[in-house]
Amino acid sequence: MEVKPKKKQKLKLPASSEEFFQKIAGLASFAVKFLIELFKPPYEINETLKQFFMIGYKSFPLVAITGFIIGLTLTLQSIPTLDKFGAASLVPSMVALAVILEIGPVITSLIFAGKIGSGIGAELGSMKVTEQIDSMEVSGTNPFKYLVVTRIFAATLMLPILVILADAIALFGGFLAINIFDYTSLKTYLVSAMANITFSDIIPAVTKTFLFGMSIGVVGCYEGYNASRGTESVGIAANTAVVISSLMVILIDMVMVQLASIIF
Amino acid sequence: MSEVKNDDEILSVSKLKKSFGSNTVLSEVDLKLKKGETVVILGRSGTGKSVILKCIIGLIFPDSGSIEIFGEDFLSIKQAEKSKLRIRIGFLFQSGALYDSMTVRQNLEFPIIRQPDYKKSDLSGKVEEMLENVGLVEAIDKMPSELSGGMQKRIGLARTLMLEPEIILYDEPTTGLDPVTSNEISHLILDMQKKLDVSSLIVTHDMQCAKLVSNRIVVLKDGKFAAEGTYEELEKSDDEFVRGFFKFE
Repeated sequence: MEVKPKKKQKLKLPASSEEFFQKIAGLASFAVKFLIELFKPPYEINETLKQFFMIGYKSFPLVAITGFIIGLTLTLQSIPTLDKFGAASLVPSMVALAVILEIGPVITSLIFAGKIGSGIGAELGSMKVTEQIDSMEVSGTNPFKYLVVTRIFAATLMLPILVILADAIALFGGFLAINIFDYTSLKTYLVSAMANITFSDIIPAVTKTFLFGMSIGVVGCYEGYNASRGTESVGIAANTAVVISSLMVILIDMVMVQLASIIF
Repeated sequence: MSEVKNDDEILSVSKLKKSFGSNTVLSEVDLKLKKGETVVILGRSGTGKSVILKCIIGLIFPDSGSIEIFGEDFLSIKQAEKSKLRIRIGFLFQSGALYDSMTVRQNLEFPIIRQPDYKKSDLSGKVEEMLENVGLVEAIDKMPSELSGGMQKRIGLARTLMLEPEIILYDEPTTGLDPVTSNEISHLILDMQKKLDVSSLIVTHDMQCAKLVSNRIVVLKDGKFAAEGTYEELEKSDDEFVRGFFKFE
């Protein structure tokens, strides 16, 4: 019996400019539909709470480990470098600024996109392929409201909380790293770390994470909800969701940093 | 199955057309379903039998034609009215389409608790009653992955019955099942029709099932219904294509 070689799984990226703009339009109309459906009753409260748990709580260990390692390594790398310039005392402040303004939100969101974007894409893609979404629709339930609105809403609200927690854990990692070189009390470290942080630094940094969360939710749901038939499309939906949502995080970050520098 | 005496027409499909790209699947389909009647749709694989069912329930939008259900023009009504009408129509998917993250109980409760006028009393004992109808009360707390293909289809039927539909659309209810389980499902369909007096439209290749449950059979060929009649009439048809479906014995 001849065994045919397995088809290599392809990443579905826009092949032409027409397809690219169709994708952008599809994502935009999906996001608008989410915003319209979000405020329309009935509200799927139980499913939303379940998604808070699945998307937020279950992502915490991964985000916490990442945050801790980022804080620790950033501090370990910075101490010898700044020491050469006699600025080792600025390490807590520098780490806090880097973590709170940029590294914390972006790295946490990229990790979140990998875990949640792919998870949502695969879950909804699988439901689409096995006709579970059609089944909801024919039973008089609005599957968009039940599956999509709950997940995007949970991703939008949970990511900022995870980023704040990851930032705090990263600062703790930095504190431990400093204590490897020399003893510093937690109070001294925190006072030094927060000396140059103002509300105008924190507000844009947190605000952009709502947009990151929403874009990850929208892309994951869009890819899964529009998966074509066949099991291969489930993998493609998950892959594409991660790639596009990661790219969206970087693009939104770039725009938001520019906006923040104008506004604040 | 015995003749249907009630002449109330509850579903009427007229001049339905549907193409996918350059492939015309349905070129002109006309179909009527009376109250309490069971119509079986026969046809070769890939000829658009399931597409007819999906057009009727609104999962696929036809290119042209009309669909009237309970006297309402299904294609032109608003989404909210469509959802209300859908509650009166059950759809049994080929795969069962059970929600795989929910238990059997949650699967059966799902369509009921999302109805706008839902009261907790609507559920009391109903899940158990529907599971009893399909002989699977013991599966109430199991996950779909723990059930066999036949059990999943029976649970799918129980879930369809939860909303007490007046019409049930079956998409290949016995495909992929062994002959014994297929026979069980066919008898279950028949029992439910007798017990609940529902009208049914069944897409199947299973001629035993068609013989057992149908009042009328229509045969789809080249996007149109090529023949219509009872099992016995079509078995003796002059058309060799139609007779080909009955040569299984």
